[in-house]
Amino acid sequence: MSVSSLTTRPSWAKLPRRQMPVLATLALLLVMYGIGVSQYQAFSNVQVIFNIFIDNGFLLVIAVGMTFVILTGGIDLSVGSVAAMTAMVSAWLLQSGLPALLVLVIALLIGPLLGFLMGCAIHFFDIQPFIVTLAGMFFARGMCTFISNASIPITDGFWTTMSQYRIGDPRGNFVSVSVIVAFVVVLVAAYVLAYTRLGRNVYAIGGNPQSALLMGLPLGRTRIAVYTISGLCAAIGGILLSFYTLSGAPLIAVGMELDVIAAVVIGGTVLTGGSGYVFGTVLGVLVLGVIQTLITFDGSLNSWWTKIVIGGLLFAFILLQRLIGIRYK
Amino acid sequence: MTDSRPVLTMTGISKSFPGVRALHDVDFRLFPGEVHALMGENGAGKSTLIKVLTGVYGIDEGVIILGDEQVAFSGPMQAAGAGVSTVYQEVNLCPNLSVAENIFIGREPRRFGAVHWAEVRRRARALLTRLDLDIDVTAPVASYSLAVQQMVAIARAIDVRAQVLILDEPTSSLDAGEVEQLFRIMRQLRDEGIAILFVTHFLDQVYRIADRITVLRNGTLVGEYPTAELPQLALVEKMIGKDLDVLERIEEQPRPELATLEEGTPFVEVSQLSRRGAVAPFSLTIHAGEVVGLAGLLGSGRTEVARLFFGADRADHGDVAVSGEPASLRNPVQAINQGIGFCSENRRAEGIIPDLTVRENMILAMQAARGWLRRIPRRRQDELVDKYIKALSIRPANPDMPVRNLSGGNQQKVLLARWLITEPRLLILDEPTRGIDIGAKAEIQKLVVQLSDGGMAVLFISAELEEVLRLSHKIAVMRDREMVAHLVNDDTVDADRVMQTIATGTQREEANQ
Repeated sequence: MSVSSLTTRPSWAKLPRRQMPVLATLALLLVMYGIGVSQYQAFSNVQVIFNIFIDNGFLLVIAVGMTFVILTGGIDLSVGSVAAMTAMVSAWLLQSGLPALLVLVIALLIGPLLGFLMGCAIHFFDIQPFIVTLAGMFFARGMCTFISNASIPITDGFWTTMSQYRIGDPRGNFVSVSVIVAFVVVLVAAYVLAYTRLGRNVYAIGGNPQSALLMGLPLGRTRIAVYTISGLCAAIGGILLSFYTLSGAPLIAVGMELDVIAAVVIGGTVLTGGSGYVFGTVLGVLVLGVIQTLITFDGSLNSWWTKIVIGGLLFAFILLQRLIGIRYK
Repeated sequence: MTDSRPVLTMTGISKSFPGVRALHDVDFRLFPGEVHALMGENGAGKSTLIKVLTGVYGIDEGVIILGDEQVAFSGPMQAAGAGVSTVYQEVNLCPNLSVAENIFIGREPRRFGAVHWAEVRRRARALLTRLDLDIDVTAPVASYSLAVQQMVAIARAIDVRAQVLILDEPTSSLDAGEVEQLFRIMRQLRDEGIAILFVTHFLDQVYRIADRITVLRNGTLVGEYPTAELPQLALVEKMIGKDLDVLERIEEQPRPELATLEEGTPFVEVSQLSRRGAVAPFSLTIHAGEVVGLAGLLGSGRTEVARLFFGADRADHGDVAVSGEPASLRNPVQAINQGIGFCSENRRAEGIIPDLTVRENMILAMQAARGWLRRIPRRRQDELVDKYIKALSIRPANPDMPVRNLSGGNQQKVLLARWLITEPRLLILDEPTRGIDIGAKAEIQKLVVQLSDGGMAVLFISAELEEVLRLSHKIAVMRDREMVAHLVNDDTVDADRVMQTIATGTQREEANQ
C-alpha cells in the first residue's frame, strides 16, 4: 500500500480552519471601523482608536486571563468580582495610609491567590469550573461590600499620577499607562501560549484532557496555573480599573465577566477549548469597543444597544464556530 | 531473540480490584528484538497486565525487572522515560495540535527556554521519515486518518528511546493496507532491537508478526510459546480453555434457503435512499429471518447505511416501506416503534452508559419504547435481565455491576441484550464483534444465527469478511460510499470474490441484471 493514499485528505481540511474565526473577527472589525469612518468624520481620528484602548485596557487584560482558562475548556466567572475586589482593597488600604507600592503588591497577590484556590478545588475535587468560580464570584463581591458599602475615593499621589499620565505623540494623540500595561500583558501572554511548555500544555488539555494525561502532561498543575493566571490578570485589571476611576466601588464591574467571555469568544477562542489566540482576544475587545464608540457617536441610540449588538454577534460567532466544525470532541 | 537476556521480566504479578482478582501470579518475559503477542479472551487480564507494567495501577504482589533494575513506575510518563512506551487502542493524541507537536509535547526541544519550533518540526519529519510516512507535520492531527494518527502515536512512543514498545490493539480500527504498513514498521523496529508487546484479537495477525505468544486466561498464566510451535487451533483452545468448534458448527447448520425467506412482503424495503456527503442512493430489501451482510472497507459507507435505517441520520431522498406500507424513518424513535434496533459500532461513545448498571443499560431501550412514565416493574426487569445474562453468558453475572467494570466483549453483549429485550423485528449490528475475543465472537455469531432462525431480520456489518460470509444470506457490498453490488451468498461467493468486488466494484452490472 502506498503511503500517499493514507495521507490524502479532503481539500477543505487544508483551509486554515483554526484561523478562520480570527479572520472573521478581523474582517468584522474592519467593516465596523469602515462604517464609523464613512458616517462620522471625526471617527477617522487616531485618538478614537486610542480611546477605545484607554477605555477598555482593563477589559483586555482580564480577557487575556480568560483566554487561558477557556483554552483549557474551563470558564472563570469570578474575574469581574475579583477586579472589583482588587480595586476596593487598594482604595481601602490607601485610605488607611499604607504606602502605594505595598498596596500594589498586596492587591496584586489577592487575585492570583483566589485563582489558585479555585484551580485547586477544580482539580483536586473534580468540581465543575462553572460552579467553583461562581462561588469565587460571590465571595469576592461579598468581600467588596464587607470592606465598605460605599465607594472609597483614591487620592494617593502614585494612583493619580498613573491615572492622569499621558504618553503621547507630537500631534496630541495619547494613551494612558493602562494601555501600555495591557499591551505588555498581551505580549507576554502570546509568548507564553506559543513558546512555553505551559502554553502548549494549555492547548493540549483543551484538545483532549485524557490524551494529555496519557501523554504524561501535568494536567493538574496546568489547570491550577490557568486559574491563577486568570486571577492575576483580573487583579491587574482591577488595578487598572482603579487607575481609571480613582476609586474603589463595591458594585463596579458587575457582570463584567460576561463581557470578557463575549470578547474572548468573539475573538475566535472555542468555548470547548483547544483553539484560539490572544491576538483574537485583542480583536474581540476592539470589536466591543468599536460598537460602544459607534453608539456614542450616534448619540441618539440608547447605550443598551451595545448589549443587543454584542448578543447578536456572540450568537453569530458561536454559530460560525459550529459551522466550520472546530470541535474536536 | 538473539539476545538470551530478557529486557523485561515480570514475576509473580498479582492484582485485585474490589470483587475481582484481575491477575494471579502471572509471569511474563520480553526479549529485545522480538514481537511478543499477549493473547487471551476479554477479561483475561491483558489490559491489567499492561497497566500494571506502565504504572497506571500498582501491583499487589510480584516483581518487575527492566534491564537490571527492579522498577515500579508511578505512571505512563515515568515508564516512557525509562523506555517503556505504550500506544493504546484508542489513539491518544490531542486532535487540535499539529502532528509535530503531538510527537514532542511534554519534551519539546527548547532554546533559551522557549519551544524551538523549527527543531520540533525538523525532528518530527526525521522520525516520520524513519517510519516511511511523508505527511505535513504542521497540520493538525485531526486532519489525518486514524491509521496515520496511530503511526504518529508510535512515532511519539519510539522517540523516547524506547526499549519496550507496547501496542495495545493497534490494528482494530485499521484496514488491511494500513495493517500491512503498521507491520512493516513493527518489523523494522524489532530489527532495531526494540522489544514489542503486541495485543490483538486478530489471530491471523499474530501468526504473521509475532515471534512468541503468551496466553492468559481468567487472570492466570496459561503459558509462553514460540509462535511456530503453537498451531492456531491450539492457541484458541488455550485461550478459552476448552475445545471450541462453535465456529465450525455454525457453518454446518442447515440454513433456510434465501428463496424461501424472500417469499412474501419484505420487512423493510428502501429504494434510492441517499444522504448527501454520506452515502449515494441505494436500494435494499430485508425480509424477516434474513441476515443481510454489509461488506466494505472502513469508511466505505457501511455505518452511514445503518444510521439511515435507524433514522439516526435523515435521508435526503428515497422511499422506505415497512411491511409493504410506506413508512418514515426520520428519527430513532420512529425506527424503534417500527421494530428496528441498532447496536452502534462505537459502543463506548454511542451505546453503553458506563456508570449505569448492567440492568439499567439493558432495560434502557425497552423503557424508552414504553415511554418514561410507564416504569417497567422491578420483577419484570429482573426476569428479563436474568434471562439475557444467562442467554448471552455475560460475565460477571451481576446485574447491579456498573457496566464500566465489564470487559469489551461483555459490554457488547449488554448492548445486544438491550435491543433483544425490545424484541425488534430488524436488528442492525454494526461491527458487533470488533475488539472482542474469539469466544465472545463465536457466541455473538451463534446468537445472530439463532435470532434469524427465530424470524428476526438482521443487518450485519463487519470488516471481517469471513464473518459476513459465514452468517449472511445475502451480501451488499459498499465501496466509496456507494452500494456497488448485491450478492446472493451461495456456493459461488467466497471471500476472494467479495474482496474483488470491494476492490474494483465490477460486480455492479452483473448484480443489476
